[in-house]
Amino acid sequence: MSLPFLDVFRNGPQVRGLLAELTMRLEGGTTRRIMEVCGTHTMAISRQGIRQALPPELVLISGPGCPVCVTSNADIDRFIEISMLPGVIAATFGDMLRVPGTRMGLAQARGQGARVQIVYSTLDAVELARNNPDKEVVFFGVGFETTAPTVAAALLEARAAGLTNFYVLSVHKVVPPALEALCAAPKLAVDAFLCPGHVSAIIGPDAYLPVAEKYDMPCVIAGFEPVDILQSLIMITDQLNGERSVVETQYSRVVRPDGNPAARALMESVFDPCDAEWRGLGVIPGSGLSLKKEFSDQDAGNKFDVDVSYSREPKGCICGAILTGVKIPTDCGLFKTACNPGHPVGPCMVSSEGTCAAYYQYEI
Amino acid sequence: MCLAVPAKIIEIENQLVTVEVGGLTRRASIVLLPDASLGDYVLIHAGFAISKIDEKEALETLHLFEQLSDGDSDNFSDLQD
Repeated sequence: MSLPFLDVFRNGPQVRGLLAELTMRLEGGTTRRIMEVCGTHTMAISRQGIRQALPPELVLISGPGCPVCVTSNADIDRFIEISMLPGVIAATFGDMLRVPGTRMGLAQARGQGARVQIVYSTLDAVELARNNPDKEVVFFGVGFETTAPTVAAALLEARAAGLTNFYVLSVHKVVPPALEALCAAPKLAVDAFLCPGHVSAIIGPDAYLPVAEKYDMPCVIAGFEPVDILQSLIMITDQLNGERSVVETQYSRVVRPDGNPAARALMESVFDPCDAEWRGLGVIPGSGLSLKKEFSDQDAGNKFDVDVSYSREPKGCICGAILTGVKIPTDCGLFKTACNPGHPVGPCMVSSEGTCAAYYQYEI
Repeated sequence: MCLAVPAKIIEIENQLVTVEVGGLTRRASIVLLPDASLGDYVLIHAGFAISKIDEKEALETLHLFEQLSDGDSDNFSDLQD
């Protein structure tokens, strides 16, 4: 299906016009460093060649917006250990399969006999539980506000269906507290945020107000096509040039002023905010989502007691510094040598939204 | 992971819909978008419709910087057809 009103967001002359406009607004000025927070943006920017096409006064820096990448090794190891338990079917989205844990990744665990099932939707995981009443199905709840409501929906669906063999290991995270943590970090040298499109479709623009107001950071919520990204960069540049820091929505065809209240209500009925550990950022208060008490019998963290005291981050890997915008993939001694898509050392090389994967495929 | 694809709702049955994505049909849930209706363009994320795509807003966004780009007016007038 082709949507004519969307195809135009890839229109070549339009893109060139916007690029010329952006260049004009930046010319001779100070260098602006803008963080694209979202992993889907990172991939789009790399694939479309936008990073190289930008004028030298504008540097785009990738942020912590790849949920797989910011998941700590301890959390990954916990899910892998659970997947190895007898009677368990471990259900996960595909992008977690090849992410390395401390000892192995899920793909290797599968090679050692773990039953690991890739699902497209959380409802497929509920279906697995329905079809395998003698097994315990554990879904790995990784993802931001875009994904967490779909996990909430699955938990409610399993409960409504009377299934007692569906569990979730929730390591869900929410974006705004991470942006605040980044702003408060002394090492951050970023002037503005290009904010995630689909996270914002759920949480709405107001969620970024504390970032814009407290930390004087322009925030623009962007779509994913070349026209979207360039328009958003112009909007940010205009804010920076005018010394304004507000939240603006370029992706207004999808992001409503109040976000998606139904999805938020569902998410809030299942999850409570909790502290969460982010790779590269450490523990950020209130940045995670844990299952509410009412759902504790479906909480895989309670149900399955596994030892992951051996967990550690991979040696020599700088994914943490890359996720906070302090370094870029080419700064890493392992990049393209010891660490490559066939043999990933850190998650940023293997996730479909990882910065190292994006650079490896499209930029180098 | 926050990838979402545009699709058109071509059939509704309770909270499950059939959507058309790139010529293929697929089932999706509208539990996160209860006011979705037949013919709506929506974004599908991991089997769930998460937001409607507003055509009017899309056109307005395209016009946002229209005066800056040369030779694009034809494309915009095409859209109005």
